[in-house]
Amino acid sequence: MSALALSRRRPLLDRWNLTATQLVLAGLVAAFLGLFLVLPVLRVMGVAFWGPDGFTTQNLEDFFATSLFRESFFNSCYVATMAVLLASIIAVPLATIIARYDYPGAGLIHALGAVPLVMPPFVGAVAMQLIWGRNGSVNLILMDLFGFKIPFMEGLNGVIFVEALHYFPFILLNLAASLANIDGSMEEAGQNLGASGWSLYRRIVFPLALPGYVAGASLVFVKVFDDLGTPLLLNVTNMLAPQAYLRITSVGLDDPVGYVISAIMVVFSLVAMGVASLALRGKDYATQQRGGGGLGRRKLTGWAKVLAHGFVIVALLVSLSPHLGILLLSLGTIWSFSVLPDAFTFDHYATIYREGPQLVTNTVLYCGLAAAIDVLVGGAIAYFVLRTCMPGRNVLHYVAMASLAVPGIVLAIGILRTYYDIKLPDGRALATFWGMLVIAYAIRRLPYALQSCLAALRQVHGSLEEAAENLGAGKLATLRRIVLPLMAGGLLAGFVTSFATAAVELSDTLLLVTREIDAPISYGVYVYMQSPAGRGPGAALGVLAVIVVALGAWASHWLAEKDRRRRSREG
Amino acid sequence: MSAGVEVRDVTFGYGKEAVLSNVDLTIGPGEFFAFLGPSGSGKSTLLRLIAGFGRPDSGRILVGGEDITDLPPWKRQVGMVFQSYALWPHMTVEENVAFGLEERRMPRGDIREKVAKVLDLVDLAALAARRPAQLSGGQQQRVALARTLVIEPRVLLLDEPLSNLDAKLRLEMRSEIVGLQKKLGLTTIYVTHDQEEANATADRIALLDRGRIQQIDTPMTLYDRPANRFVATFLGAANMIEGDVVELHGRTMFVGPGSSHWPLDRGAAGPAVLVIRPQALSLGGIGDVKIAGRIEDREFLGAVIRYGVGTELGRLIVDSPHRPGGVAIGIGANITLGVDPATVALIEGRASSGGR
Repeated sequence: MSALALSRRRPLLDRWNLTATQLVLAGLVAAFLGLFLVLPVLRVMGVAFWGPDGFTTQNLEDFFATSLFRESFFNSCYVATMAVLLASIIAVPLATIIARYDYPGAGLIHALGAVPLVMPPFVGAVAMQLIWGRNGSVNLILMDLFGFKIPFMEGLNGVIFVEALHYFPFILLNLAASLANIDGSMEEAGQNLGASGWSLYRRIVFPLALPGYVAGASLVFVKVFDDLGTPLLLNVTNMLAPQAYLRITSVGLDDPVGYVISAIMVVFSLVAMGVASLALRGKDYATQQRGGGGLGRRKLTGWAKVLAHGFVIVALLVSLSPHLGILLLSLGTIWSFSVLPDAFTFDHYATIYREGPQLVTNTVLYCGLAAAIDVLVGGAIAYFVLRTCMPGRNVLHYVAMASLAVPGIVLAIGILRTYYDIKLPDGRALATFWGMLVIAYAIRRLPYALQSCLAALRQVHGSLEEAAENLGAGKLATLRRIVLPLMAGGLLAGFVTSFATAAVELSDTLLLVTREIDAPISYGVYVYMQSPAGRGPGAALGVLAVIVVALGAWASHWLAEKDRRRRSREG
Repeated sequence: MSAGVEVRDVTFGYGKEAVLSNVDLTIGPGEFFAFLGPSGSGKSTLLRLIAGFGRPDSGRILVGGEDITDLPPWKRQVGMVFQSYALWPHMTVEENVAFGLEERRMPRGDIREKVAKVLDLVDLAALAARRPAQLSGGQQQRVALARTLVIEPRVLLLDEPLSNLDAKLRLEMRSEIVGLQKKLGLTTIYVTHDQEEANATADRIALLDRGRIQQIDTPMTLYDRPANRFVATFLGAANMIEGDVVELHGRTMFVGPGSSHWPLDRGAAGPAVLVIRPQALSLGGIGDVKIAGRIEDREFLGAVIRYGVGTELGRLIVDSPHRPGGVAIGIGANITLGVDPATVALIEGRASSGGR
């Protein structure tokens, strides 16, 4: 009782463990999230569901009354589902092989399995046409040898194929980690009680690994459902994301269809994430298992070995084909109706060197700024959540994380709608200012940076700060001299991740770039790829982007690893 | 139903290092048998071989007279309770317990009946619908037991079953397991590194060290008549005196350092080690052999006071029972220790096998 009475007399800020500066900072963060995430999304929802007489489902009804939109809706669901299926067919056996068997190339599969992730699917889409298309390398060979062709890339097939190849690593990595986390005694107990082979896998092993599978599969579903660049580059427009893009860019900002589609996409993202988290509730099995080492690895023998080798080789070749294709395309002269390009040249890289510098500097500028904003905002939110008792700190956290459920195209439409009518001094709309692209990138990448900051700050024990304060350092001095240096590795990793992944964002870029001189690399790749003559330079630019992302991913991994090692030495 | 187990000359190694060397033992039907030893002695490995997790490099394993060496784990009908319990978190208690019966394609009705019966046996009927994560450690232990017992195994294997429980629960579960075993008459092999646990539960113990069986006997015989230095020291405090067994004046005597002569009337002539338990030495000088000494230090342990006594044989540990109100002997006091030669154990040979 007396403690309660005492705390009532303490000043508010003190009770929240905040200083006035921090309160101002919290206000800025809240304003940033409110203005550039919450408000745009609300505007989108508003236009979709708010008529002159208040709430209305009229636009939704109109949407479903039009056969093209019904078809697009169905196609998007179909493509996302089939992509998950195809990705599972590739990923589940691979994960099983590397996690359950003594497979010589397990490390290689792990590493190569992550490769597709460094290249967004739209970059490889055109190259995939040239390899797998009707007159692509594979079908030309098939025709030559067996006299038939397989329509890998026809219509929706192409989108499914390209997306599955790019996103299967999400399932592979999650499932392999889940499988590796299963305690060996779980399996042995099953054997001891009479289960073996398929029955053991079906009843014990797979259910225990299911959380990893569901996490990966739902991620693939959302990514495919939201992707704009791939269908556009493959000339598939009867899907939701391309329809939204086309309506907004051709019919105009006032056309309600784009907003209805946006609303549907947000709902689908939320549902997919909700289903995943529901399916996973109370299933964090890893923490419920004790003792013994991992799952028993067995040897592959006879036919199983041949089968495994065969599957691994084919799966890796196929999943690396977009990368190979883009490399060939960037180095080839003419590549049409032939298995390989006619001749090889560095001309495309020279073209990029002449025409591209603006694209590269723009990308570095935008992504650098966006990543800096992410680290600042993410670091601030992490601090509020872990170190203060400020009311609403968890709201900031959840709102920032919620941007995961907002597809790039939806955010872009929302920003356009919200800030189109606000004019800059030179008369242009605020929404078309390149700074808006930076903000869109920052909002989209914030969840990743925030995770990184939370992880970094969690590792700085509160007593380290208390010790500094005890020795006379104020809040700011403690932050500067103790907390920030200890968090540096994590913050830097967050920065690099944001930077690298923002560099290949396309859907919001396409909508928010209005002048060529404002365009970043991802926009350049897209525009080049539109024309047959531009494919070479486009591919060269794509290779450049892949190198940037791969370097970024590697640097971020290296930083995190170095930080971890330093900590383990100290701890 | 209950069957004996025979391990015949089993050798097993991961790579070069032998984890088990020439292990040979026979366990009778219905016997409660313990594998005791320090960590790394190979006791768990031996248990896992009996369950079929791993295949001996040489030697055979028989259950109920049948050679099961080449059978996979799922065909052995040998129930094992894992140290971590290994309860499947995605199944309820009931589903966990029913698993083994389902794998045996038993009709649904029979399964339900048997599961209910075994859950009753371990007092868990009320928690059948829970998941393992919602149970306490002791309850999880019971589920693990029930899951194994329900398949009516020929042998029950327990791998350090109490190591994950707190001290109080450990005693409770210990007597519960012994009670169940007697009730079911089930051949049981119990792996532990805790000598008290093994002593309290087992009919017989196999003491292992570095992959070899050091001695197999009842708990009391192991304590009173250790076969080697390792056995003597692993099972509690012991004073060890090196010397020789000789024939003197028509009697078999042990001659130690200094002037001590011990009329033993057993053992063959040659080097030997005498094992004297601390409580076998009397501070009052009672016994046929007398040793002069001086108290060097003492520890009060509650039931006994443990004295360190300097003698011509070296420093000896002496436990003297303490009764409330009794006084301890002061440090520096000169005393005469007495010991009855019948209460000491003799280990023949100097560098006796298994010594550490």
